[in-house]
Amino acid sequence: MIINHPLLGPRDSSEFTYRGDAILFNRPDPNSESLLEDYYEYQYIRDNTHGFMKELWFHEQGDRSWLVLTRNTVTHEIIRVELASEYKRENK
Amino acid sequence: MILVNYDKILKFQFNGKHYEGYEGDTLASALLRKNVKIVGRSFKYHRPRGIFGSGSEEPNALVKLEGSNTHEPNRRATSIKLYDGLKANSQNYIGSVKFDILALNDYIHPFISAGFYYKTFMWPKSFWEKVYEPIIRRAAGLGSLSTEPDPDRYDKGYLHCELLIIGSGPAGLKMALDASRNGKKIILVDEDFIMGGQLLSNEIEINGSSSLQWIEQTLSELSNSSNVRIMTRTSVYGVYDHGIYGALETVTDEIDRPGARQILWRIYANKSVLASGATERPIAFPNNDRPGVMLASAVQTYNKRFNVKCGDNISLFTNNSGANLSKISNLIDVRNGLQIVNVHGRNMIRSITLNSGKKINSDCLAVSGGWNPNLQLTCHKRGRPKWNEKLSCFVPDNSNLPVNMHVIGSANGSFSTQSVFNDVSDLSKQLGYEITEEIKSEDKPLKLKPFWFVKSNKRSWVDLQNDVTVKDITLAHQEGFSSVEHVKRYTTLGMATDQGKTSNVIGLAVLADATNKTIPETGTTIFRPPYTPISIGAFAGAHKGKHFKPTRLTPSHEFASEIGANFVDTGYWKRAQWFSQDKEVTWRDSVDREVLMTRQSVGICDVSTLGKIDIQGKDAGKFLNKIYINTFSTLKVGKCRYGLMLREDGIAMDDGTSARLSDTHYIMTTTTAKAGSVYSHLEFCRQVLFPNLDVHIISTTEQWAQFSIAGPNARNLLCKIIDPNFNISNETFPYMACAEITICSGIRARIFRLSFSGELAYEISVPSRYGDALIRELMSAGKEFNATMYGTEALGVMRIEKGHAAGNELDGRNTAVNLGLNGLMAKKKDYIGKTLSSREKLSGNKTMVGFLSVNPSDKLTSGSHFMNTDDKILPENDQGHMSSVAYSPILERYIGIGFLKNGKDRYNETLKAIDFLQNNHVEVKVVSPHFIDPNGDRLRA
Repeated sequence: MIINHPLLGPRDSSEFTYRGDAILFNRPDPNSESLLEDYYEYQYIRDNTHGFMKELWFHEQGDRSWLVLTRNTVTHEIIRVELASEYKRENK
Repeated sequence: MILVNYDKILKFQFNGKHYEGYEGDTLASALLRKNVKIVGRSFKYHRPRGIFGSGSEEPNALVKLEGSNTHEPNRRATSIKLYDGLKANSQNYIGSVKFDILALNDYIHPFISAGFYYKTFMWPKSFWEKVYEPIIRRAAGLGSLSTEPDPDRYDKGYLHCELLIIGSGPAGLKMALDASRNGKKIILVDEDFIMGGQLLSNEIEINGSSSLQWIEQTLSELSNSSNVRIMTRTSVYGVYDHGIYGALETVTDEIDRPGARQILWRIYANKSVLASGATERPIAFPNNDRPGVMLASAVQTYNKRFNVKCGDNISLFTNNSGANLSKISNLIDVRNGLQIVNVHGRNMIRSITLNSGKKINSDCLAVSGGWNPNLQLTCHKRGRPKWNEKLSCFVPDNSNLPVNMHVIGSANGSFSTQSVFNDVSDLSKQLGYEITEEIKSEDKPLKLKPFWFVKSNKRSWVDLQNDVTVKDITLAHQEGFSSVEHVKRYTTLGMATDQGKTSNVIGLAVLADATNKTIPETGTTIFRPPYTPISIGAFAGAHKGKHFKPTRLTPSHEFASEIGANFVDTGYWKRAQWFSQDKEVTWRDSVDREVLMTRQSVGICDVSTLGKIDIQGKDAGKFLNKIYINTFSTLKVGKCRYGLMLREDGIAMDDGTSARLSDTHYIMTTTTAKAGSVYSHLEFCRQVLFPNLDVHIISTTEQWAQFSIAGPNARNLLCKIIDPNFNISNETFPYMACAEITICSGIRARIFRLSFSGELAYEISVPSRYGDALIRELMSAGKEFNATMYGTEALGVMRIEKGHAAGNELDGRNTAVNLGLNGLMAKKKDYIGKTLSSREKLSGNKTMVGFLSVNPSDKLTSGSHFMNTDDKILPENDQGHMSSVAYSPILERYIGIGFLKNGKDRYNETLKAIDFLQNNHVEVKVVSPHFIDPNGDRLRA
């Protein structure tokens, strides 16, 4: 695959490592009353998405940025690539 | 255009006999030229086989290409470009290729039909492994590997283009012309060593010139265009995501020659055009596998391109108008009601019996059952082809092609030359190219009557390479295999190295007939990469032997080698494991000495491999609070602290110390093994979880050489090299202090008073380029203290003596509680793993404790499991396990640390340590893991 890095342009996916669902952004609030349940969901429960999903990739052999890809798990089409730091700010 | 250069004679050997061929020959054409008819034996029945096709579709003519010490099996004679000195042999026989002992299999064929070994070799059960399987393995299989290492070099390369054109027949060449004239950057590939595809074998008029003239003209224009790269002998074997194509270029077939033998290319193309042509398919009829039965297109190719006659008396068995043979003695056309019911001649076809009862003499039988577009690459992204009733073949389905791929020419089902050129014009217009030249050529549509196999009780071959007959497929159906995917696997149809290029569609037709379905209802199998076989060497490329992975050398590597170090691989690093000195016989002699000398005076160990991460920013302390279970924001400048980090699920991830050099600057150390993963974890936390923290991190593992200096004389030694304006007395520089200093008259250094051994110890780091000089300086300054270098073994002994957890304890199963580090877990702050580590059952009740052998001469082994002395040795009585052991030269016995149920409450209890692997069961006493200096007096001295 080719990942269109927001800063570096198109890069081969072999430069990246994969971390999975971007749900990892939503680390539960430590003051939540249902903390243990929240963390259980956060750590273990995942949708098995058929189609577009947001996922985390790490440019380990590159500039070491974490990216959020919007990628189709069936066709591998990538329609959006964002820097994780900016994604978090925009989605807060 | 010269196709065969008769002035250039090439000598070669086949099955020990000497022959001559010409430049331009393939091994197959050279053999046919010399009338060599039997080239191999079949897979299962060991029937004699001859050359059947003329390209990568060849199922029969698999040979072993010989090098001086090695060989390459299963090479298609049709794809080997003849070279001077070539040596090849037939394979898959015992005795000689003409008199193969295993041909007995042919006489017992009723017993070895599809799936016979599933049914036959059932009993007695024990015979399978010892008797049946070795015999079957000896008799079956295609070719055998050389057991010698591959002597050749393989390279990898990367190419980029706007348009990749696959195939150089009329479609590919005209497409290249259009794209090139429009200034596009293109790559034109063909698996043959001459461009031209089927135009090389057929006399076709193109715009008034002969096909060869047109090829020559076109290639001359293309090769003079700077935007065109022409690659012969390059097979595109796979289509991957986002316009990535895998291609294998065969530079030479010769074995053990200088330079790369093959190059594995990764081609990045904005668009691709598949112009891979079509492959003729045979018709199945009794004994259709006899040498001399060939594809009509192959007979044509050998005749026109290579000027080789495949026979004096050629018959053509066909169902269509496409077979374009010039000299045929007998035409057996299905459309005239004629069929072949048998073929005679075991080693070479002699005659043919027709359904009319007539017997015709013939020494070559050309067969044409129609054409299959070479659409494999269109399916690599899960697309499925569609059935074209009129052409009676699968054609690419334009609705599910790989993104940005276009298919033209006969690969697209356009079989007349004019329709091929029309395809190109249509595509060029679609891509917005200006068309500079329209081409006129022959426009005979293909007329065909679908006909797949002659019904008979005799065996008719569908898959020549895997010896699958019509009967095998009907039998599979009778036995309940109705899905084509199941039939394929049960009969092995299409599963050989040719991947069923000539057999798949006939197999489907036979199954469709048995199930009374149409072919499209029966389905098609999925095509996956590779299109043609690729040797493993090409995938490995240059990454073999020492080049398989990088080697990382520590700054003291050269010095360590000079003084007798034995190195151990830890990840990519080579670390000194111990240093052998004169008279030391076993590794233990060296390790014991290193430990004792360190504890008595001073020892030095290279610890540069530990991960070092530089953490800076206003929020660096807050950031570390999130990472570690303990608090780092309160750490004073000039101090270090031990920290443990967890995974979010509560399991210990890694440990190490972090030092604070200024308000905004920390230096973290990680274990050697986790240096990479901790770094990426930190980046994850920084960018994904806490992007609002003002902090930046970078790995500096390779920038700093770091040495541990341990032992009672550590300070005395260091004082000799530290510049006089710095003071490291116990008062000004106590345990866990850190500072930036200079040494050896002004060289920048960092010093940390850390101890992994339990001794008075320091770690000193300098920029890597000074590492070698520093170790030499330390060892020379240390002479008066009898300083020793120590390796990872002594390091391990001393850390076990001190009771420090390391990799064996941080094994991905233990929590802070298990490690006895729950005291560090901060209550008031949030950190990674805090919540999920609070799950009661996660830690269980095992804690880390120490063990001594009760009998001092007993040896402990790590991995042993503990049982109570009175309990039976059963899994349910398991009390825990030993994670690390060492012989302690101080305590003069084996000691260990491990995890024990309620361990903290069981000091002084005696247990059995059971090791089934080495059958070593010993009595051990539970003790504190801190065997040495439990109160830290030496540490703080």
